Amino acid sequence: MNGTSLTLRVLHHGERHLAEELLTVADRHSTEHEVHHVAKDLAGWSREHVERLAVTGRAYGLELDESPGKPPSGLLTMMREKAAQAVGHRPEPGLLLLRDLRDLHLDAAENSLYWEMLAQVAQASKDSRLLELASSCHPRTLRQMRWTNTMIKNISPQLLSSL
Amino acid sequence: MEESVDRIAEPWGGRTPYARHGAWPTRVDTHLAEGVTEEEVQRWVQSASILHSDGDAMDIAVKDGRMVGVRGRAVDRVNRGRLGPKDLFAWQANASPDRLTRPLVRQDGRLVETDWPTAMDRIVARSRELLEERGPGSIGFYTTGQLFLEEYYTLAVLARAGIGTNHLDGNTRLCTSTAAEALKESFGCDGQPGSYDDIDHADVIALFGHNLAETQPVQWMRILDRLEGADPPRLVCVDPRPTRVARRATVHLAPRVGTNVALLNALLHETIRHDRVDHEYIEAHTVGFEELAARVKDCTAEWAAAVCDVPARLIVEAAEVLGGADRLLSTVLQGVYQSHQATAAAVQINNLHLIRGMLGRPGAGVLQMNGQPTAQNTRECGANGDLPGFRNWENDEHVADLARVWNVEPATIPHYAPPTHAMQMFRYAEQGSIRMLWISGTNPAVSLPELSRIRSILSGERLFVVVQDLFLTETAQLADVVLPAATWGEKTGTFTNADRTVHLSDKAVEPPGEARPDLDIFLDYAARMDFRDKDGDPLIPWRDPESAFEAWKRCSAGRPCDYTGLSYGLLRGGSGIQWPCTEDDPSGTARLYTDGISWAHPDRCEAYGKDLVTGASSGVVEYRSLNPDGKAMLKAAEFMPLHEAPSEEYPFQLTTGRTVYHFHTRTKTGRTPQLNAAAPDVWVEISEADAAARDLAEGDLVEVGSPRGSLRGRLRVTGLRRGTLFVPFHYGYWDTPAGFGPNATVPGRAANETTVTDWDAASKQPLFKTAAATLTLVEKGGGQHSPAPTTTASEPGPDSGVPATEGGPDARVRQSTDDATSREGGRR
Repeated sequence: MNGTSLTLRVLHHGERHLAEELLTVADRHSTEHEVHHVAKDLAGWSREHVERLAVTGRAYGLELDESPGKPPSGLLTMMREKAAQAVGHRPEPGLLLLRDLRDLHLDAAENSLYWEMLAQVAQASKDSRLLELASSCHPRTLRQMRWTNTMIKNISPQLLSSL
Repeated sequence: MEESVDRIAEPWGGRTPYARHGAWPTRVDTHLAEGVTEEEVQRWVQSASILHSDGDAMDIAVKDGRMVGVRGRAVDRVNRGRLGPKDLFAWQANASPDRLTRPLVRQDGRLVETDWPTAMDRIVARSRELLEERGPGSIGFYTTGQLFLEEYYTLAVLARAGIGTNHLDGNTRLCTSTAAEALKESFGCDGQPGSYDDIDHADVIALFGHNLAETQPVQWMRILDRLEGADPPRLVCVDPRPTRVARRATVHLAPRVGTNVALLNALLHETIRHDRVDHEYIEAHTVGFEELAARVKDCTAEWAAAVCDVPARLIVEAAEVLGGADRLLSTVLQGVYQSHQATAAAVQINNLHLIRGMLGRPGAGVLQMNGQPTAQNTRECGANGDLPGFRNWENDEHVADLARVWNVEPATIPHYAPPTHAMQMFRYAEQGSIRMLWISGTNPAVSLPELSRIRSILSGERLFVVVQDLFLTETAQLADVVLPAATWGEKTGTFTNADRTVHLSDKAVEPPGEARPDLDIFLDYAARMDFRDKDGDPLIPWRDPESAFEAWKRCSAGRPCDYTGLSYGLLRGGSGIQWPCTEDDPSGTARLYTDGISWAHPDRCEAYGKDLVTGASSGVVEYRSLNPDGKAMLKAAEFMPLHEAPSEEYPFQLTTGRTVYHFHTRTKTGRTPQLNAAAPDVWVEISEADAAARDLAEGDLVEVGSPRGSLRGRLRVTGLRRGTLFVPFHYGYWDTPAGFGPNATVPGRAANETTVTDWDAASKQPLFKTAAATLTLVEKGGGQHSPAPTTTASEPGPDSGVPATEGGPDARVRQSTDDATSREGGRR
């Protein structure tokens, strides 16, 4: 296994993980409507990245799963949403929300750094297909990071000062 | 020429045709109370319409201290004497016997009458207690789009610098926040680029999600007059309903609800593919063209046809009409603003104008519209989630400048995060961090999405709710303190319409009982709270409307919405005047951006922009590198799938909207006999194909349901797009035995029982147009008809047997035109 395939493999794992986490957070905070809806949209981007990484990976001898990870089961979603509704009138889940947004941000940052590495190795090895993949996916990862950062900036003053 | 017209049966009245580049002829509409003649009117008091955003100037007729009618102001640039049905009749609601005349406070679970000092003391005590125990973030203010400029400005100062809270927003969030956001995204700053006068000069007028005939009927009269005159414009209409606009359009596109971005990207694709672009303009005044061109490269008409479910040839045809325009005017409203990807779609319409160089010239302009009469002022004055005067909350110099105007320390004004938007304020109230919500002039218990949730928040024990209104609305019934307010015609102030025209509205009559102007209520609160500036002087030194206006002028000085050239004296007697208006140029400004883009420079812009999909802030560094010279920004957007698409369980797309005869939650129009009779109850519109497939017919009682709730109404079968249902959002519960919400005997009646809590990530405007819904038959009509009007977009198909909507003798309005002008314009 060379550096390129190693990076592809790690990135594939990272995007799959982020897609799952975004969906989990969307369910867990279904009473935080903006987080709920946008996290689902952003999960769609990571799911697409997983698929493209798997397709590209074949050329590097990798057998990566094209399916974007399992979406949370209906039962699990229902349980998380019910739990969110049950505590929707309380301020404490605000802390959990901030922690979840922080984790999403760090997951996305990790992916972003691997996309950076992939773009660099693509240039070093003059691999235009790989460079194309990184250039087209990396901006969305940066947008995921900017979103979590913005959400934390906007809601943390209220959530932390009201405890 | 004089004629008497039933303006319920004919909402737009008679025609005064005129030719392109001609002057729109005058037509003065007058309606007086039964038995009152013009000679008996003792005073005519200057005002403008408060029931939509058009700003129709009118005089209020007064006799023996009572309002007895209205007459359009011939001298005014906006309407040249014309009035719409709501303008003509709704003044009667001021004298309704059920006006609030005394403050109410909740005592042992019931609202009981009290005096002003008791009510105000209760509010002040709760405010002080919360400030001490929980800080300024525990207090929020939710206002409206129907107060006056002086009132919003006073509210903005007392909330942001007095209390020091970031939680102040208007119900303008529901109607106009996408317009503001789209302008900020494209031009770096809010401010309507175009002018209504562009209707006189355009050869193509495109209406995107804008049922102009019913939302601003007087400007529709203007378009009708041009359609009847020489060299008429061609219309392009995007709307799922068979509106009057759609019926007169050269091209009518009825896309699947929620697919505006796909459609617009295809229109941009066609425009660029055929090189119908102004390269010189793009080079001189914009950044981002390459990215836009790349984004829409694959968005062919065929691709969009599949997404939007409209024929590709119609998309191509629309693009040809738009691309072939010599002077293109576009108007945009709720079909875009309250739908999926609202800001992204509205921005693509700005893009169309920017790449075609269709801006800043007579007939070439964009009107990102408002829904409400004074929404523009909510935005300018900083009562709509922005700082006053379009100042940038992320720019420390802008905040310091505002602090200088208010004579407070910059840190007094919260600017660590964007001003909190209404939907987030309700979330904070739900979650318990906002403990006091002061609601002025709006009725969220009917107008916000997912009403069962809103009722539960407002009626919660821990939230102290103050409601300031004219009537005991659904929301007021849930309040802890209710303050009776004076309204239009009972107080003096100014307000600004959707094309930046400022009007003065003078007091004509005394308010009923102890009702007080909203300005007086805010000033009273500020005095009782003893808000001080940094030198220990009163924070709010003004005492009446005119001194409040003068204070606002100082705040607006040098800003895009500069009012310094205006005064009550200048506004009294003549026409309304468009800002910016300075002492050097007291006639005002017809169009913005006539000579390049003026407020997009990184140091001057109101906002650094957002990601149109995620709503994430871009920040000053990125803004500076993208747009160092302050040009217009062409921002591309990808189409995203709907958040709530129809499913097997919920097969319909439910879209909500208004009718020409009502405003908002009918607090006034429901108390106006002519208007109420024209559309007395809620209805449900369905397409002919869907009705036939389900064996449903006109007048059947149906239930519309979503995961959030349901409502019942009688069915109207129309030329609506297949797969779509339409329900008007005006109807609530104040005029039912239930009071403020459905109960065991009164089923759901408000459209918002069903709508989803979701908003555009960039503008934070809720989505009222995209809920998935079911439809079930409750009982067959058995000869009953739907209460929907026949004169509007709810017109039934041919042979329906539905009696035509008429107003009868009480709805007759005198229309006076100058014979010479109407003859001249009639030549084709």
